[in-house]
Amino acid sequence: MTETNPTAWPAESTYALRVNGTEHQVPDSWVGESLLHVLRERLGLYGSKNACEQGECGSCTVLVDGRPVCACLELAAGCIDADVRTVECVAAGELLHDVQAALLAEGGVQCGFCTPGFVVAISELLDRSPDPGPLEVREALSGNLCRCTGYSRIFEAVTSVVEVRRGRP
Amino acid sequence: MTVLLPDSLDRALAHLAAEPGAHVLAGGTDFMVEVNYGHRRPETVLSLRRLDDLRMWHVEASHVVLGACVTYAQLLDPALADLMPGLAQAARTVGSPQIRSTGTIGGNLSTASPAGDMLPVLAALDAEVVLASSTGVRTLALSEFVTGPKRTARRADELLIAVRVPVANGPQEYLKVGVRNAMVIAVASVAVVVDHDGRTVRAALGSCGPVPVRCHDAESWVAPLVDWDARRIDDPRTHEAFGVRCAEAARPIDDHRSTAAYRSHACRVLARRALARCL
Ligand SMILES: Cc1cc2nc3c(=O)[nH]c(=O)nc-3n(C[C@H](O)[C@H](O)[C@H](O)COP(=O)(O)OP(=O)(O)OC[C@H]3O[C@@H](n4cnc5c(N)ncnc54)[C@H](O)[C@@H]3O)c2cc1C
Ligand code: FES
Ligand code: FES
Repeated sequence: MTETNPTAWPAESTYALRVNGTEHQVPDSWVGESLLHVLRERLGLYGSKNACEQGECGSCTVLVDGRPVCACLELAAGCIDADVRTVECVAAGELLHDVQAALLAEGGVQCGFCTPGFVVAISELLDRSPDPGPLEVREALSGNLCRCTGYSRIFEAVTSVVEVRRGRP
Repeated sequence: MTVLLPDSLDRALAHLAAEPGAHVLAGGTDFMVEVNYGHRRPETVLSLRRLDDLRMWHVEASHVVLGACVTYAQLLDPALADLMPGLAQAARTVGSPQIRSTGTIGGNLSTASPAGDMLPVLAALDAEVVLASSTGVRTLALSEFVTGPKRTARRADELLIAVRVPVANGPQEYLKVGVRNAMVIAVASVAVVVDHDGRTVRAALGSCGPVPVRCHDAESWVAPLVDWDARRIDDPRTHEAFGVRCAEAARPIDDHRSTAAYRSHACRVLARRALARCL
């Protein structure tokens, strides 16, 4: 299809995605690719991890227009005018974000495969709800699987961020 | 493959009329799993993402009208949850926050999985679905729309645009069992809706037949046993017998998730418990 209609994207075409505030051209891709595949294989953003490609593990969690979603379940070409935020924009350069630092300090990172998804999910939770109760934390992170830590150290990391941000370490 | 992102319903319907084989994409939580695993290779994808109207809901006389692209997260909004508590309870059991912020009610209905969590609640609520094509609009009862497991009465040139839910004044309950609490597909589920004004109790089962199962016998049996002025049922044996009657309506099968015998047992327990919580 070679329609010039601004609402149609033909196969093999190049389209632009706005990721972490920057426009990226997505070259030579099949338009059926997931956002996760495009982030990793087309744009070289390897932070979002691929484990299941079926929405079960949360290791690919990104924000699309502020909502936490599984990048593996988003059609990349359907995100054309959306604001996509990945784990790569969480830290300020070399300086870790407090959620990242707390996960390290509390032992919430072992193999680290699930960590980027948790960083995005925890940051989104704390932006929306700065002082969540334990059940709220568990529910908010129920879409992120970790095979190593047993979760309690991840929950402790959330608690420590909340306390530090509240000003009583 | 082509991706279409129409910015108005009229354009979307015109695209579908021209190319009825186009695959409709809402949240993508069912669709993209199939694409990622190579089970679906669409030529044309019609994304509903820009159709803002389909993400809205409003109250029209005695109905809540939900746009097809209303998400589970929206159903949890207190304004909607107050009007349809059973639907909010069911939405809360779906997947994870990531799935709930993306998956839509229209996608759940269109997939029409026997385990779809919206189906039994909408069946118990006597909901209707609205289908639109470039030639017109038609409204179907849920039982006319869902014709079998993963089968619906939608024509290829039609879009599901809305779900119409009559507001019931009274408690509602949705109970689901699966192998764990979070991120689980129902092994069996029960929705109970009480309508104090109409003095009716309605119940439906999920994952217990090819389509959501309404428990008509149990419903008409229990209604006269309710103390409608006190809004309660005094005799716990009534709850128990209601559970048994609901389970009799089930048409469960053995599959990779569970057995027919366990599903019937679960229906009996869940229906009793749901009724006891309501009345
Ligand atoms: C990890 C995970 C967990 C899940 N957990 C649950 C659960 O607990 N309970 C449950 O019920 N489901 C669950 N699901 C399934 C899924 O999330 C739901 O069925 C969801 O509601 C589908 O909606 P969607 O908007 O994502 O649909 P999509 O994937 O976009 O579409 C689904 C199907 O419906 C068609 N379609 C969508 N919208 C329309 C429309 N408006 N008109 C015509 N056709 C349309 C599409 O063509 C497609 O065939 C889960 C899925 C995942 C990946
Ligand atoms: S890779 Fe997306 S949820 Fe597992
Ligand atoms: S640290 Fe290994 S999966 Fe979480």
